[in-house]
Amino acid sequence: MNELLRRIQYLSFVLVEVNLYLDTHPTDMAALNYYHTYKALYNRALSEYTSQYGPLTPGTVESRNRWTWIDKPWPWEREA
Amino acid sequence: MWSYEKKLQYPVNIKNPNPAIAKIVITQYGGPDGELGASMRYLSQRYSMPYKEVVGILNDIGTEELAHFEMIGAIVHQLTKGMTIEQVKKAGFEDYFVDHTAGIWPQAASGAAWTANYIQSKGDAITDIVEDMAAEQKARTTYDNILRLVDDPDVRDPIKFLREREIVHFQRFGEGLRIIQDKLDSKNFYAINPSFDNVRRR
Repeated sequence: MNELLRRIQYLSFVLVEVNLYLDTHPTDMAALNYYHTYKALYNRALSEYTSQYGPLTPGTVESRNRWTWIDKPWPWEREA
Repeated sequence: MWSYEKKLQYPVNIKNPNPAIAKIVITQYGGPDGELGASMRYLSQRYSMPYKEVVGILNDIGTEELAHFEMIGAIVHQLTKGMTIEQVKKAGFEDYFVDHTAGIWPQAASGAAWTANYIQSKGDAITDIVEDMAAEQKARTTYDNILRLVDDPDVRDPIKFLREREIVHFQRFGEGLRIIQDKLDSKNFYAINPSFDNVRRR
């Protein structure tokens, strides 16, 4: 797998995990700071990936000459 | 994977509880032509669909159906929140009430539980896309029937929105059918061509 995508995958998993913890501990400042730290890393990795390889969501299509959202690979396809 | 947005696709604001209407509308939550089945059908069919354009509509319409599932849930919730026991009895809502109180549970208007038997994922591009076109029409007919039965404008407004989406989805799936037919083995004159062993992949 693309290394940048792997990085996005683990950063977004960090966010999911802290998200669940914060749902039941909404005033835990250490966890909240942790969330924002990783959210910034995630945002940076995401925009780097998007500009190099294309969109992970329809809302992040950058191309002005064709709709790149449907481009392969879809995530369930085996890696070549 | 998915992430959630804390908004409805189209607003739902119903002033008066009315379990008699809830009993009807819930069929689009967990009934045979409802939004849950629609989403599960399209998202399940993506894997064996050979053409990226059609994978795109299955993915994106399957995702939109989850937003519709949520809208129907919101409608049924607002129709049952704050209802009185007198309203429950007068509406014939006792059968639902005894099992679910004012909780939201995927069932048909008849009371039958949601089941995967409502959907098909056949692993054949033509078979699946034609099922999807039929499913959109069946859902559109159901919304037409709801509009025949329901007077409350607060309910009719979001139901009309959902009905229109069925028409748009039918159009997109129809375009998907054309894309599939164009890409099938051109030596096959008929509009059938099993994707398992016959599709030109690209």
